[in-house]
Amino acid sequence: MSKWLNPRSAFGITLIVVALLALPFVAAMGGQAWVRILNFAILYVFLALGLNIVVGYAGLLDLGYIAFYAVGAYTYALLASPHFGLHWPFWVILPIGALVACFFGVILGSPTLKLRGDYLAIVTLGFGEIVRIFMNNLNAPINITNGAQGITLIDPVAIGDFKFSTTSQILGISMSGPQKYYYLLLALVILVIIINLRLQNSRVGRAWQAIREDEIAAKAVGINTRNLKLLAFAMGASFGGVAGGVFSAMQGFVSPESFSLIESIMILAMVVLGGMGHIPGVILGAVLLSILPEALRYGVGPIQMAVFGKMLVDPESLRMLIFGLALVLVMRFKPAGLWPSPERKRELSDAGAGNG
Amino acid sequence: MLEVTGLRVAYGGIQAVRSITFHVNQGEMVALIGANGAGKTSTLKAIARVLDAAGGDVHFCGEKVTRIAPHLMISKGIALVPEGRGVFPRLSVAENLAMGAFVRDDKAAIADDLERMYGYFPRLKERETQLAGTLSGGEQQMLAIGRALMSRPKMLLLDEPSMGLAPLMVQKIFEVIKAVAAEGMTILLIEQNAKLALQSSQRGYVMESGEITLTGESAKLLDDPKVRAAYLGE
Repeated sequence: MSKWLNPRSAFGITLIVVALLALPFVAAMGGQAWVRILNFAILYVFLALGLNIVVGYAGLLDLGYIAFYAVGAYTYALLASPHFGLHWPFWVILPIGALVACFFGVILGSPTLKLRGDYLAIVTLGFGEIVRIFMNNLNAPINITNGAQGITLIDPVAIGDFKFSTTSQILGISMSGPQKYYYLLLALVILVIIINLRLQNSRVGRAWQAIREDEIAAKAVGINTRNLKLLAFAMGASFGGVAGGVFSAMQGFVSPESFSLIESIMILAMVVLGGMGHIPGVILGAVLLSILPEALRYGVGPIQMAVFGKMLVDPESLRMLIFGLALVLVMRFKPAGLWPSPERKRELSDAGAGNG
Repeated sequence: MLEVTGLRVAYGGIQAVRSITFHVNQGEMVALIGANGAGKTSTLKAIARVLDAAGGDVHFCGEKVTRIAPHLMISKGIALVPEGRGVFPRLSVAENLAMGAFVRDDKAAIADDLERMYGYFPRLKERETQLAGTLSGGEQQMLAIGRALMSRPKMLLLDEPSMGLAPLMVQKIFEVIKAVAAEGMTILLIEQNAKLALQSSQRGYVMESGEITLTGESAKLLDDPKVRAAYLGE
């Protein structure tokens, strides 16, 4: 505890808290679009931390993570929209979404228990696609998901009469919808960070670490590898489900195309690029990878106009080109991620030294 | 203490172990020797429940353990030192040893045992904070044995502790194994290095193509002309 009481770190923490609280107002100066970008960045931090449990802690390569996000999003959409005429409050739906996603996590987990690495990646990838295709086609014979049109007019998050979707006055300050969602997301993500931190240093966390390192040895020291792998899938999936629910409420609209394979890959890239298994790294990866493409979207066009006086390359394609290049460079020069855990860093620097 | 009766192990249709029967008495070190592919490792894995047996039974301390969940074996008192060491490469030496005590919760005793391991293997003490993956092969073998002992097992299953090690290191490892045995540990040792295994153990079994073909006191097996011809290169 003494670490927290020392005045310098207390000052640092205060500074971070103030910065985080002020951020949506700073971003709003550039327009509400930036607040939305910020919100998505937090949502991706949420997702990346959820996937980090599966990939970073337990070492299970999951390429279908977006499926759980989809399950959570659709759970929310179906229980709080005119589609079925249900309008349940969000604090009821979010836990349900988490449970449903958790259930799907176990469904995906149980047949893949004996698979590892590439094989697991292929099966999970298939699972992600199956869920998306189901969402696309479950409009007949009974219309459950409304197919490719998606579900619209989803209820925003509301506490009593206080709606998160509209501008309102709080303590004399005018707060827009996205700004309110920002604080909701921030609160949720802090909760997830705390859970992640607790997990990392727990008995379960150590068991996951052992499974990641060597499964036979893990069994030999008495770790119930089957249950713990299922637990990793279930926990990761639950986080995905909650994130999906918030996404659904924030957007007011869900459709299957939000849950494509590229999204799964993106979230995985955030985890790997940031620093697998290291919470600050994963957060950094998620923030950078969600904001960078947006910053490029707004930046690439004007820069070309300024330098060449005309558009040489379509900003949309150039954006992905630069983005891809950035990923390649990071993996080339920072193979353990931008902000790896101290152990991982040590491992890479030790690698040449040992093996006598 | 350990009774194996009619144990069979199969991979798909291929029988790796064809109905073998043997036993290990309390406080005894027994060697199971044989050539590559004779089914030694499969036997050991089936006993440790890392692998499912296709048939037969394993009793430990009078209790049938043929079908129990793998992670419960350690609480029964059987600790496996897997083939090729099987340490956790990205955990430090100390963390690896601590992981060996995963099923225990008596902190003080665990700390004592940790010191005991460093007593057996001073080399590991020197490398306490180093990642296990960066240790030499011999040091990893020491660590794997130390980790298994950290669970305070009644019996140790050793899978080819000499594999891929320099002769000097093999000597060192076997000195420790003999020291552990001298303290009363029951050990089932699997080895390709037949001479060393038979010199260190009390009894031995010779395995060939999934079957036990010879058995007896280790000293007698060492003198057996068939064993000498097949495994000792004479």
